[in-house]
Amino acid sequence: MAITQSVVDMVVDRTAGRRVASVQLQVGKLAGVVADAMRFCFELATSGTVLEGARLEIEETPGRAACRACRDEFDVADLVLLCPCGSADVRIVAGRELLVTSVQMVEEPCA
Amino acid sequence: MCLTCGCGDEENIRVTTLDPRAAEDGPSGPADHGHGHAHGHGHGHGHDHPDGHTHDHDAVGPDGLGEAAHTETLVLSERILAKNDRLAEHNRNWLRERNIPAVNLMSSPGSGKTSLLERTIAELTGTREVCVIEGDQETLFDAERIRTAGARAVQVNTGAGCHLDAPMVRDAIGALAPSEGSLLFIENVGNLVCPALFDVGEQVKVVVISVTEGDDKPLKYPHMFTAADLVVVNKTDLLPYVDFDIAKLHQQARSLKPDVEIIALSVRHGDNLDAWYAWLHAL
Ligand SMILES: Nc1nc2c(ncn2[C@@H]2O[C@H](COP(=O)(O)OP(=O)(O)OP(=O)(O)O)[C@@H](O)[C@H]2O)c(=O)[nH]1
Ligand SMILES: [Mg+2]
Ligand SMILES: [Zn+2]
Repeated sequence: MAITQSVVDMVVDRTAGRRVASVQLQVGKLAGVVADAMRFCFELATSGTVLEGARLEIEETPGRAACRACRDEFDVADLVLLCPCGSADVRIVAGRELLVTSVQMVEEPCA
Repeated sequence: MCLTCGCGDEENIRVTTLDPRAAEDGPSGPADHGHGHAHGHGHGHGHDHPDGHTHDHDAVGPDGLGEAAHTETLVLSERILAKNDRLAEHNRNWLRERNIPAVNLMSSPGSGKTSLLERTIAELTGTREVCVIEGDQETLFDAERIRTAGARAVQVNTGAGCHLDAPMVRDAIGALAPSEGSLLFIENVGNLVCPALFDVGEQVKVVVISVTEGDDKPLKYPHMFTAADLVVVNKTDLLPYVDFDIAKLHQQARSLKPDVEIIALSVRHGDNLDAWYAWLHAL
């Protein structure tokens, strides 16, 4: 269960037993990960952890690429990298992000 | 319940060594603690950060979501696969220090990965030691085929898991103890989706596709083909019987990765295997 489990493991690791109200992710459209599938897995992956009942908030970031030939930057919807100018000498500059950006922890007095 | 293909159930991962030699106390694998234990993604591998961080002083103020008075924001900005990727890098360094090229073979089920390895082992016998990590959900079949072909193999059974990850490969390397200068193949679980996302510490990624699968696979599985260093098109002996346009496959694969190498061959007939051996030799 891979990716969603990695999110849960990381958050459990970082939150020192505190209850988690929500988790914010950034998932690029070109990252190879389906945001809906993560939402689907999240409840199961969090059950019995400090994340149980937490909200999952996913910011999906669009793909952007830069052309080395014409130096233009443009939106890309998939991994076929072709600049409007016709060049395939193109580099992805955004959209492959797969990040846990932040976590909201419930305030509890620390012993 | 893997996000893309429903893998899960990490209790069921098993690493089985098929050569008694590997059970002896040879060099240990990339990590310095025990091996051979079943483990899951990210569990039981110790923590990567020294402090217990009971308090997070980099936490910023309450957010503005109406729960402001009750929650505290912890800014992480950390890659989801950071732990896997760190361990993969660890595997890669361990292998590089020992001059062991590692080839991650990925494909749909049945494209001919194990067949290609059997022939490669036969070809390289006497010139270069070959070791194989076999990933399958269940059975020891492929590891047994590799051993019969004359190489040492470790079988990783992922249970419901649909891909190998860096911790599994770390444990498998520990069990296999490949010797300096040998060639390591990692046959991933047959699946064109998830294995593309998981760095296991290989030097190169090879995607095998057989002509019976159709020539439209690169655009259907773009992440896999974007990650590939080499695409092997297998079963060219069957080309007369199927509609598979090699030119179309080239065009699609190159639209995703302009500099990808492509070798079309037939394991069955031995056609063009020399190009594959030459490619391996250059690693
Ligand atoms: N016609 C033909 N059949 C082949 C060729 N290479 C492999 N096969 C057959 O394809 C089938 C699957 O081969 P395997 O080597 O087991 O494939 P695999 O990719 O290891 O399969 P999994 O590990 O189950 O994903 C077997 O029946 C092979 O004999 C080939 O070049 N031509
Ligand atoms: Mg196989
Ligand atoms: Zn351009």
